[in-house]
Amino acid sequence: MKPTKFLLSAAAAAITAGAASAEDMTLVSWGGAYQASQQKAYAEPYMEMHPDVNIVWDESSAEAVAKLRAMNEAGNITWDVVDVVASDAIRLCDEGLAMEIDPDTQLAPAPDGTPASEDFGDLLVSDCFIPQIVYSTTFGYRTDLVGDTPPDDICDVFDLEAYPGKRSLEKRPINNMEWALLCDGVPKDEVYDVLATDEGQDRALKKLDTIKDSVVWWSAGADTPQLLADGEVVMGSTYNGRLFSLIEEQKQPVAMLWDAQVFDLDGWIIPAGLSDERKQRALDFIYFATDTQRLADQAKYISYGPARKSSAPLVGKHAELGIDMAPHMPTDPNNAKNTFLYNYEFWADYRDDIDAKFQAWLAQ
Amino acid sequence: MAALTPISRKPLSMVLPSVALAGAFAGIFVGAGNGSVPMGMIGGAILIAGLAWFYISVLGNERLAYWINILGFGLAGFVFAGIGGGILGLLGGWFFVWFTYWLYEGRYRRKLLPYLTAQQVFFHYLFRVICGAIFVFLITPILVVLPLSFNAQDFFTFTPEMLRLDPEGYSLKHYRDFFTNNEWQRSFKNSLIIAPIATIISVSLGTLAAIGLSQSHVPGRRAIMAILISPMIVPLIISATGMFFFYSDIGRFLEGTLGMNKTFVGYLKVILAHAVLGIPFVIITVTATLVGFDRSLTRAAANMGAGPVRTFFKIQMPLILPGVISGGLFAFITSFDEVVVVLFVGSASQKTLPWQMFTGLREQISPTILAVATILVVISIALLTTVELLRRRSERLRGLTPA
Repeated sequence: MKPTKFLLSAAAAAITAGAASAEDMTLVSWGGAYQASQQKAYAEPYMEMHPDVNIVWDESSAEAVAKLRAMNEAGNITWDVVDVVASDAIRLCDEGLAMEIDPDTQLAPAPDGTPASEDFGDLLVSDCFIPQIVYSTTFGYRTDLVGDTPPDDICDVFDLEAYPGKRSLEKRPINNMEWALLCDGVPKDEVYDVLATDEGQDRALKKLDTIKDSVVWWSAGADTPQLLADGEVVMGSTYNGRLFSLIEEQKQPVAMLWDAQVFDLDGWIIPAGLSDERKQRALDFIYFATDTQRLADQAKYISYGPARKSSAPLVGKHAELGIDMAPHMPTDPNNAKNTFLYNYEFWADYRDDIDAKFQAWLAQ
Repeated sequence: MAALTPISRKPLSMVLPSVALAGAFAGIFVGAGNGSVPMGMIGGAILIAGLAWFYISVLGNERLAYWINILGFGLAGFVFAGIGGGILGLLGGWFFVWFTYWLYEGRYRRKLLPYLTAQQVFFHYLFRVICGAIFVFLITPILVVLPLSFNAQDFFTFTPEMLRLDPEGYSLKHYRDFFTNNEWQRSFKNSLIIAPIATIISVSLGTLAAIGLSQSHVPGRRAIMAILISPMIVPLIISATGMFFFYSDIGRFLEGTLGMNKTFVGYLKVILAHAVLGIPFVIITVTATLVGFDRSLTRAAANMGAGPVRTFFKIQMPLILPGVISGGLFAFITSFDEVVVVLFVGSASQKTLPWQMFTGLREQISPTILAVATILVVISIALLTTVELLRRRSERLRGLTPA
């Protein structure tokens, strides 16, 4: 029975050793290069300043809404700060699962004293949402598979003659429907009006029908980079930061097609119903992690634009590659010649209907 | 006896279609790689059948045919696809010329009984081919992972450098990442804490339950048995959902009312949940071993004055140990591989290795996962080999022949 005793005592020692160290604070994020940038820009400096706090990551942002609902129901909220996209933050806020934040008292002002509410401006799309980055969903293409005239127009995605081969699109209606309508001749400012009607939705699906056989559908942000690296697809949509890492860090023969990139926001929420002690700690972290310098620091590691106006001038070079990050930002004037603003309210209202239609169309 | 089976040459009308079929099969892969499967099949069939006809009817020298075919295929493979293709070509060339002469000279009958009909011979080999195919389907997915884990790139892709066997295309960086990355190390440590403790709990409780349930006087033992092994039968996602709410309440009680440490309670919840999943495996294996256990031994021990506990450890336990160990192995692997329950019951501080691999696959397709998979495969093989060797040793010591 000796080995058993040894194992037991070793395990007990390991557990108590873990318990005796700093208090765990669980941050929820998306994994990958994005989470790594948060780790370096926010978590590491914060833990250095607060040795009593130990930050633990949970890569569950994709299921944040469902999981927070379940945690709330079970009365067992294990998360302290959660990174979500703006639309999820709006849903969580409406359902009372996220805590409301007063930007001017609970967030850091800009270095020149401008209050946070002005510094973030209209990016504060919900009372519970603390914006962190502006990212875009856009296309990358294989430079070696597109011939002599690389695509420079979003409608090239729908042009199977000029650019034969597979393309990868996200397995959800958002963005795809808008792009389809744009390329079916709908002016940019009328896209959501058209998409609100049944005929408009059918029209978008009909346009998507023209390339359906050549589409590989993705559901995780890492899929398109993998497909592009494999040469399985000629072009594909994904988050611009993933493409940046594919092109600049992995040195793959891929280039960006910025046309009609769709801007979206990502940021933090604090779950409702934390104990006072945990709430204070979470607020303290948020205050630190969303100040002007920290947001600018994050852009050293990944090509997402900081959400504060005051951070933009501080964006410098990539921490390891030493290249200027500004030209890789989705907000850079050269990249943002033709952008598309994602309409939260529209999708909040129509998402369920169009989702059902889209899934039915996929299954046909 | 079997070696006395007389063999004779077979007609070309039987040899050529057979080798053509094999050629067509190989042609599927070559054709798929070059765009057209039907063309590959036709080309492969014609090429192989043509070569076979040439060697048999024109050349008539087996040794020379071997050299021509092996070197020819190897050279062709090398020209088209570099060193990797060359090696594949040598192997393919050897196989086809061997296959041709194996059929033509009737060597396939040499080791079989002389009175078998053609149909029986055919099914004899068909059976082996099917077994081989099953083996390939089982093992290839695991083998593919091994070289990919040495990829110098951050993708699940066989790069051209790798296919050329260029050292530049290989690197140990994913292994380095596993050993230096905090998240991987934490999850590895968690797995090493959770799995052994859960195993010890499952083995102790499962063995006791199996022994109790094997007594004929226990009332309702079938019903109890059914309940105990239900975690194995109920879909995991359903047990996991139930466990999530159940252990949330327990956790709240332990933390809130008893004031226990949050991290400790977190581990406790996952360990208990995994122990529940492991118990059915232990019960089933131990029950199976108990069937062959001779009850009169315990009575003899009691007769000589040993108490039940002493009897158990000195008499019963050593005899059912193989069942206990294999049950323990199953319980360990269940906990070590488990991702659904830990996703529900655990919090991020209890992130285990499968959880980390799961999120890694979903959020960032990183070959570090493949490096970890390779390490786990090696550990599993080492573990199973050790247990098997120990088992044989103990059986030898007890004078039994290894089964």
